[in-house]
Amino acid sequence: MRFLFKTDYEDDIRLVPHSGYVISYGVLLAVLAIAPFVLSSYIVSQLVFVCIYATVGVGLMILTGFTGQASLGHAAFLAIGAYTAGFLQQYNVPFPVYFLAAGLLTGAIGAMVGFPALRLQGIYLVIATISFAFIVEEILARWESVTHGNEGMRVKTIQLLGTAVPRDSPGFYFLCLGFLILTILGTLNLLRSPTGRAFVAIRDSETAARSMGVNVSLYKVKSFAISAAITGFAGVLFAHKLSFISPEMFTLQLSIEFIIVILIGGTFSLHGAVLGAIFLVMIDPFLTYLKDDVPGMIAGVAATFGAGKEAVAHIKDNAAAVASANGLKGAIYGLIIVLFVLFEPLGLYGRWLKIKLFFQLFPLYKRATFKRQKIYVKSERNR
Amino acid sequence: MSYFRAEDLSLHFGGLKAVDSVSFAVEKGEILSIIGPNGAGKSSIFNLISRIYAPTSGRIFFEDQDITKQPPYEIAGLGIARTFQNIELFENATMLSNLLVGRHRHSTTQLWQELLFLPSVRAHEKAHRRRVEQVIEFLDLEVYRDKLISGLPYGVRKVIELARALCSEPKLILLDEPSSGLNVEETGDMSFWIRDLKADLGVTVLMVEHDMSLVNRVSDRVIALNYGKVIAMGSPSEVQRHPDVVAAYLGA
Repeated sequence: MRFLFKTDYEDDIRLVPHSGYVISYGVLLAVLAIAPFVLSSYIVSQLVFVCIYATVGVGLMILTGFTGQASLGHAAFLAIGAYTAGFLQQYNVPFPVYFLAAGLLTGAIGAMVGFPALRLQGIYLVIATISFAFIVEEILARWESVTHGNEGMRVKTIQLLGTAVPRDSPGFYFLCLGFLILTILGTLNLLRSPTGRAFVAIRDSETAARSMGVNVSLYKVKSFAISAAITGFAGVLFAHKLSFISPEMFTLQLSIEFIIVILIGGTFSLHGAVLGAIFLVMIDPFLTYLKDDVPGMIAGVAATFGAGKEAVAHIKDNAAAVASANGLKGAIYGLIIVLFVLFEPLGLYGRWLKIKLFFQLFPLYKRATFKRQKIYVKSERNR
Repeated sequence: MSYFRAEDLSLHFGGLKAVDSVSFAVEKGEILSIIGPNGAGKSSIFNLISRIYAPTSGRIFFEDQDITKQPPYEIAGLGIARTFQNIELFENATMLSNLLVGRHRHSTTQLWQELLFLPSVRAHEKAHRRRVEQVIEFLDLEVYRDKLISGLPYGVRKVIELARALCSEPKLILLDEPSSGLNVEETGDMSFWIRDLKADLGVTVLMVEHDMSLVNRVSDRVIALNYGKVIAMGSPSEVQRHPDVVAAYLGA
């Protein structure tokens, strides 16, 4: 186990506390840098989705994880970013300009959503953000002169510095990865400065934050704006990755996916956003596997145990029907959320910390270390 | 002119008069305690001062400025800090970041500077940290720097809350039952610190307290409340002998 000996205030400010970080993150960056040249294009494409989802995850983490304001409306922010890009692209606006414009516009709309949200808490805020998402979805479907309605919109290839960056090229991968890294660095900077601490203060006790001089309303709006802007930027990349956008892509289910990203990854940590994104992107191949291979496997098992030919065919059909049933994805999402909330509220990152501690303290690890305990009942009177 | 003054302060919840035209003044550099039975309106007065509640009527002055209509977050900016009866710390943060939030009223950096963590932000952070370290040393909290609040015992949290209030460099500090939930030894420490606040840091203290031995040890003056009204005011021994106070506590 490593014991840090701090000799300077700088030790608590810098982002890399010790050399171990440089090595592990250096290796990670090196692996990510050579990934598009060695891995298959399918996996690289999945990595791009991981980057985009992780970016949104970081954005949502700022709002939900650090400021404590739940949102089920982030698909709408993603949509606003994506459509801004699609719309401006028609007028030959260069990529850097519409990329910035999309982020700023989404940020401004996020701030506007933040104002009415100031008076709402918990479940009411969730409902308000869901309604916002529905309104946006409806606008996208109806405002045909701008969005082409339900027909959807083609998004052309990115033109950056006179060269095309196709959506399956290594260049696009590096664009998404680079933006994710920038977002994470910016967020880390925010978290170690007064604004980030004010966010956390609002999450843990609004009353105390207020009495310490934090303008709670202002910081909530700031948090909404930052979170929305990051999601808007990610929306541009999302649109380019899919090369086609239509209203039915930005539904409640997408918002729930973003919640899964931060919940599964582990709220309160940026690692969580990335881990959650990896987890989420892996669900789809898993579902495909479920659809293609599992019915055959079950039938095989049944046959081994001596089921008749007809019975085997029957079992196979039923299994296939279950595996390809409508809404299976939603059910699996629900199950995952329930299981994580019950058994691992700290998410994948929490699990990782536990494993790490286990090896650091071996053989002295105590399970009770992470047991949540209530020492006293917190007052809710002044809320 | 008094340093801090409440004039005819009232807070009514429907027919219930939680605070009923209370007037008092605090002189610069004194320790004033408010005592009274449960439900007398002591904490309500604090919540009126820190603007968690808006008064039904009456006015509050601090340094000759009317602060009755100030938004709650600007009260700290004026130099009034407070602690809470039931501890309102930021549970899932370390003690250090809790104390740094106390510095919030002194932070001047802009959002875009913070996103880039410019050298100016870094310099500010170090300056804040330096002030926080002074408070940590003052209250002997060195061992808890990187500990999460959620894992700390009650007595320590109580001190950390005082520390957080001190980090904002207040001129007037409101202590809501600083000794509640503390053992005898911790209460003794608390009384030393409250006197040090006055002697070393020159902070004016307004405090609500039930523990009469603590009140006697530290207070310059005492106000007794009952049913939202002031029933006695004066030195600790005067107030304790006052017939109305005896009646309020023991029944007439």
